[in-house]
Amino acid sequence: MTMHDRSLSRRSVLKAGAGLVIGAYVAARTPAFAQNQPAPQQVNIAPNTFLIIKPDSTVTVLCKHIEMGQGPLTGMATLVAEELDADWAQMRAEHAPSNPVLYKNLLFGLQGTGGSSAIANSYDQMRKVGAAAREMLVAAAAESWDVPAGEITVESGIMRHRSGKQGRFGEFADKAMQMAVPSDPKLKDPSEFKLIGKEGAVKRLDSVEKSNGSAVFTLDINEPEMLTVLVARSPRFGGKVASFDASAARKVPGVVDVKQVPTGVAVYATGFWPAKQGRDKLKISWDDSAAETRSTADILGEFRELSTKAGRVVKAKGDFDAAAADGGQLVEAEFVFPYLAHAPMEPLNSFIHWQGETASARYGCQFPTPDHGVIAEVLGIGVDKIKLQTILAGGSFGRRAQQSAQVARELAEVAKAFGPGRPIKLVWTREDDMRGGFYRPFGLHRMRGVVKDGKIAAWSDTIVGQSIMKGSAFEAMMKDGLDPTLVEGSNELPYEIANFKCEAHQVEIGVPVLWWRSVGHTHTGYAVEAFVDQLLEAAGQDPVEGRLAMMDKHPRHAGVLRAVAEKADWKGAKLETGRARGVAVVESFNTFVAQIVEMSVGDSGPKVHKVWVAVDCGVAVNPDIIRAQMEGGVGFALGHILYAEQPIDAGRPVAGNFDTYRSLRIDEMPEIDVTIVQSTEKPTGVGEPGVPPLGPAVANAMARLGLGRPRQLPIVPGAAA
Amino acid sequence: MAAFTLSINGQAHAVDVDPDTPLLWAIRDGAGLTGTKYGCGVAQCGACTVHIDGQSTRSCSLPVSAVGDRKITTIEGLSSKEGRAVQAAWAAIDVPQCGYCQSGQVMSATALLEQNKAPTDRDVDLAMNGNICRCATYVRIRAAIHQAAKSLEG
Repeated sequence: MTMHDRSLSRRSVLKAGAGLVIGAYVAARTPAFAQNQPAPQQVNIAPNTFLIIKPDSTVTVLCKHIEMGQGPLTGMATLVAEELDADWAQMRAEHAPSNPVLYKNLLFGLQGTGGSSAIANSYDQMRKVGAAAREMLVAAAAESWDVPAGEITVESGIMRHRSGKQGRFGEFADKAMQMAVPSDPKLKDPSEFKLIGKEGAVKRLDSVEKSNGSAVFTLDINEPEMLTVLVARSPRFGGKVASFDASAARKVPGVVDVKQVPTGVAVYATGFWPAKQGRDKLKISWDDSAAETRSTADILGEFRELSTKAGRVVKAKGDFDAAAADGGQLVEAEFVFPYLAHAPMEPLNSFIHWQGETASARYGCQFPTPDHGVIAEVLGIGVDKIKLQTILAGGSFGRRAQQSAQVARELAEVAKAFGPGRPIKLVWTREDDMRGGFYRPFGLHRMRGVVKDGKIAAWSDTIVGQSIMKGSAFEAMMKDGLDPTLVEGSNELPYEIANFKCEAHQVEIGVPVLWWRSVGHTHTGYAVEAFVDQLLEAAGQDPVEGRLAMMDKHPRHAGVLRAVAEKADWKGAKLETGRARGVAVVESFNTFVAQIVEMSVGDSGPKVHKVWVAVDCGVAVNPDIIRAQMEGGVGFALGHILYAEQPIDAGRPVAGNFDTYRSLRIDEMPEIDVTIVQSTEKPTGVGEPGVPPLGPAVANAMARLGLGRPRQLPIVPGAAA
Repeated sequence: MAAFTLSINGQAHAVDVDPDTPLLWAIRDGAGLTGTKYGCGVAQCGACTVHIDGQSTRSCSLPVSAVGDRKITTIEGLSSKEGRAVQAAWAAIDVPQCGYCQSGQVMSATALLEQNKAPTDRDVDLAMNGNICRCATYVRIRAAIHQAAKSLEG
């Protein structure tokens, strides 16, 4: 993805009650991939605002990104507060409503959160909002005090003049509304930052409410007359309802109605338990004529056969085949990656109140723009008649970033089938979520390399996998029919290798897939970093020094690798204590992360004791949130690499809950040491980039323990057997 | 359906539900207290943890008919000094990410500290092993429990 249009080209100020309300928006664009974006003129742009200053001087930032754990509420508020010279204690943040004109992600062209882009696309935009508000408040104070604006200072939310006059933002908010909006507000030089990049300057805005149970998630929505709905969906992907008998379900006290919907059979009840009991009593006959019927073993067999054939060439330089025929040691490896569920702690819940001519929906909505359009399409009313409000989501890891708005569509269909009037909460059980598809794609990499004269002379990577974007709102991002997420990270290496080839087979399977925290890098990071380590071992080189020797043109990769090696006091992969170390470095979403793991393997299996992380994400806006994301990324990656898989049995996903889809627990969490490499580059994201290096670093340590690099994940299979 | 009177956070709550209804849904849909979360329904994740007579209990797997007149404490009613210390440490260390599991984490951590004033890392592992955090905030959960224990020393 390329950066574009990060500046504010148009601004407006609207009065909305007391206080200063600044709305800032950018000129409408229609990027090629925003196919489902509602036309701007159809959209209600009344809540035209990023910032509200109330008479009590609280400053509320409306955050265009969803808070699902990665800290954008705090991040957006930090950017505004910095330029506003606000005191952190006066800052608040709320989710912005759906509006693709005002609140679009400047990297996507539609409103949505993903690709670790929240800070990256908002850095200049939100700082300009804060700077504009500051200039307007100062102008208002200058007029009130009859002093030149240039003589007014602002510090920690207090405006002062040397005459002794001083005041807080709230006192001048109304007057500031009358001031012209600066067309190009002056931004601070980074040397003047008081919050951005400063340790301890900022605390997360959502920690207290998430520690005392008062934070409201979609599951917690409760309105008068609300119905809770569960949908019985096909056990096989692609199955359809042939017929059903709801007579027993209807007898369950609390069940209000049962309706067929496109995705299955919906049970409407007065609460979760009657809805579940009613659903359990449905008798449904499924039509599997168009369903997927293969099992994981069948898919693996097909992938394996394909991987031995030439695929479409994604990238090539030099001549791999000639180099392979020119002597040296040929090294080969096959890596197999399972389907993975995201399994966010809160399953996929959603809420809508359709009242006929209008509707109001709210839930942990990660892609408001396509969701908004789909709800309008299903209900047959304009998007301007539908309010869509994003609220806190109990995790996502990509699950709620639905490329084709599947949950929004089902929500609207469930509402439509019942008819207008009553509020409806569509709830997913854990099993619904786990067996609901949209997994990290199953995949295979066939690697070949040539080691000659102590160096890596040639490299070949043949990838077999599914497309995430095909058939979705993001299909226009595909190039010549190839999904970039299938090959990202494999088509460009940070290593100088004279003869290089990356080929791909893009396969269609009836198991729906989706981006999963770090997307293609979940498998390309593993394949590339485990294999380069294997080749360096064959070449007799140190894993760190050997990588650095090939990284001349990639200083930021080399920077994090050097930083992590120094912090871990790297002296080679094998330790004398029965432990070994492994290293990996991966760039994803323009952020560079290197990790070193120290582990052992005992009677109870692999044990990772410690992980050192070095990250270069450009300007580090909120250092403690960056650390938290690296910690969480490591833990998330480790649990999956060790234990997680979603096997498919004749078209049916097997694992249904955490007993069969094993998640990392606290006793398995390693100690983690995070180093943030200082940088003046534009900030990039941290939600995903902590994930990719962990798996290959573990694999590389296992090789040094004499156990080889795991060829098929998870490392400890069998939870779902 | 049957009528039950539950003692939740020191208050009597009348709920009219099927006797097999898990306590979790009686608390959430019946008493309207939504701080206690649903995560798995099979006592695997701990998001639904409440205290029953001071003991950590998975409310998703206990039928409401089996509760009787025992005293239930949910996250909303957490008022012991250990509970307050845990919540203060959680906020001070910025433990939560998505936050959905944290009510259960706080309840389990509080029960631990009510029974063990100076837990070791091993004690923390044993007490907290039943609470999954998919964001993997475990490093900070551990740090916050130790910080809360320390804050209670004086």
